[in-house]
Parts: sequence; C-alpha cells; structure tokens
Amino acid sequence: MIAAPAPTPKAVMAALERIADPEIPAVSIVELGMIGDVDVRPDRIHVELVPTFVGCPAVDMIRASIEDRLSAFCCRVDVDVSYATPWSSDRITPAGRVKLRRSGFAAPPPVREGRALPMLDAASVPCPYCGSHRTRLESVFGPTQCRSVRYCADCRQPFEAFKPV
Amino acid sequence: MTGAVLALDPRLRTALAELVLTMADDEFVSGFTDSEWTGIAPILEEDVAMSSISQDELGHAKALFELLATVLDDGRDADALAYDRQPDEYRHARLLDHARGDWADTIARRFLYEIADEARLASIGTGYPPLANLVEKLRREERYHRMHATVWIDRLANGGAEPRRRLEAALAALSVDAATVFTPLAGEADLLEAGVVTRSLAAAEAAWRGDLTSILVPLGLRVPPAAAEPPVDGRSNHSEAFRWLWGEFTTVRRLDPTAVW
Repeated sequence: MIAAPAPTPKAVMAALERIADPEIPAVSIVELGMIGDVDVRPDRIHVELVPTFVGCPAVDMIRASIEDRLSAFCCRVDVDVSYATPWSSDRITPAGRVKLRRSGFAAPPPVREGRALPMLDAASVPCPYCGSHRTRLESVFGPTQCRSVRYCADCRQPFEAFKPV
Repeated sequence: MTGAVLALDPRLRTALAELVLTMADDEFVSGFTDSEWTGIAPILEEDVAMSSISQDELGHAKALFELLATVLDDGRDADALAYDRQPDEYRHARLLDHARGDWADTIARRFLYEIADEARLASIGTGYPPLANLVEKLRREERYHRMHATVWIDRLANGGAEPRRRLEAALAALSVDAATVFTPLAGEADLLEAGVVTRSLAAAEAAWRGDLTSILVPLGLRVPPAAAEPPVDGRSNHSEAFRWLWGEFTTVRRLDPTAVW
C-alpha cells in the first residue's frame, strides 16, 4: 500500500492549482482567485473558498472537487464558503488572465469606484482574438453571472468578457 | 453555532433575524417574479439580463437565508426557511407583491426596489461581521442591477409616447407601495445601538427619496409622494398575485421535500 502524501502547504496548493473551474476549464480556481486562506495541519486541512458571485451555481461543485482532491492527503478537509474577503475580479492572477484570453474571454479591466457603466464600457477591453481595442459592450449580462458580451469591430467577432466586480 | 451568534443577546438576535428575514424575502420574491421573464422578454439581451439578474437575486436570498439559519439556530436550513412557510409568513415589502405585469411595470418596480435596496445595504454597519461581510459582496453585484434599471427608466421615458405613458402609469400604480422596503422593524433601536445598522430606516428612506429625485425629476417623472405615516403593514397582508407566485415557487418542495437540485 502506498502511504498518503504528507499534507504540506506546498503540496496542498499544488493540488488546488490543478482544480479547473467548471465553467472555464482552461483556468484553475486558484488562478481565478477563488482560494483564500489555506490552513494545513497534520490532521486537518481548512480551505477558504471565495465565490466569484454570491449566487454562483458552480460553488457546490467546486467545493466537492476540493474535498475530493484533498482527501488524498489522508486527513479531514473543511471547505468554508467565505465572504470575509469579498471576491473581486482584481483577484484573477496574471497567469489566469493569459489563459482566459487564450480561451476567448477578455480579462476584466481593473475595478474602480463609481458607476458601473463607464467601467464596463472601458476602451481598455481588447479583443481576445485579434487584440484590437475597437470593441464595444453589447450586453452587460451574459451566459453566466460573471460575464458580459462584447463585439470586436475589427475581426467582427462577438466575445465574452469578465465583469469587473 | 458560530462564535459571532453566541455573542448576541437574545433581544438583538431577534432584531437581527427580523432584519435578515426582510432582506432575504425581498431578494427571493424579486428574483422569482423577474424569472417569469425568462423566455419571453421583449428582446434577447433582456431575456439574458432578466435571467442573470434573477439568478443573482436568488443567490443573494440563499446566502441571506443561510445566514438567517445560523442566527435563528432552530433546526431550519436555508431551504426550509425559503420554502416551508405559508404565504402570510413571508416578510417581503409590498412593493414586490405585484404581478410581473408588462415591461414598464417590471422596470418601474425593479427601479424603485434597486434604489431602495442600495439605500438599505448602505445602512448596514459592522456590528454583526457576518452580515457586514456578505453585504459588502452584495453591493459589488447590485450596482449592475441598479444600472440596468436606471438605463431602462431613461429609455422608456425618452422612448416615445406609448413607452412613456406606460412607465408613468406603472410608477403611479406602484407609488402607494414604493416606500414599503423601509417599513419600520420592531427591533430597529437595538440594531442601531449594536451598530448592525448605522442609520434608521427613516434616514435610509430619505436617502432613497433623494436618489429617486436626482434620476426621475430630470426626466420629468414624478417621485412617489411620501406618506404622512410610515406603513405599518408594508411587509404583511400580501396580495393574490403573491399567493399565486408562492404556489409556483413551492411546487417542487411540496411535491417532494427531499428533492435535490
């Protein structure tokens, strides 16, 4: 019998980094900024899960994936959905942004205070296909809670963009 | 039970539960009413928008019911709180008691509610950290809803004779119930003292009225007049329209209480 791997913080983070987001499998839940504090002890691993949107229907699936993946480390796994640190689209990592673009999703512009529309309509949302900045907002609301729909005037391609929140 | 709940004295706990219940029921009923547009909204983008907004509101309701379950600690989980009550036991504002109606009715109702919800969320202090944390997150999402409603008020007001007439009629029909989100709560003084809220419902209502004025008056639209007295039954005495909606949203739960989504 092979002994279960020791739950070191590094090994646990590596395991979390391999969990894909159920809606955009090209990026991991770590790259999307959905993992908060991770507390690793010999007999217990505690993970703070930070949902992108409060009503995100994928949260239960992600929680189950974390429990399943970390159960390889032998001990008790607790996953707490937490709002102590509210998720913001600024939490998406640089590597996550690159992977989003490669999958056809524009990364969100930085979150600023004030009204949402200027932020959403920022000219700084380049087309993930051709890189053009001549893109416009088509619909604030998209196929999932975290996405908007934009259109590129150069390659004439509609694309999805993460909402800045 | 979590440490935060244990630290509450019984009177404050009752007041907190009352506040969270009203917030949860408002989001819940609003989400279900607006989900009625899925598949039949006037244009495709609005079908997506209404479905997305409803999904947000029902998600907010779920998070608030989960919080409420820890405050009440009476064995009921979020689903039991959401679905196992009789129509008379719901505490949503009467503003949200209206049937879906036409597009102008929906936009008028959503607009009055979203601006009121923001005034309420802006009143939540740090006195009960689990609520304060959740509210900070909710506010980041709600601003998209507020923007959506406000853009549509402008569009209908400037969209020609018929859209404007319908919008004016919808605002007039809702005006008597418009302020019911701010119906006084029995435990309000306790919430204020503990810093769970930082201003009274009356103060939040005044802020709401200011926001409405700044948007409606430039469009030549009438702000719903303030009532002489705050409504005492603004969260009870529900309509036939709500009883119908209740029958719809509890169907699965009544058929099979153990059903899993």
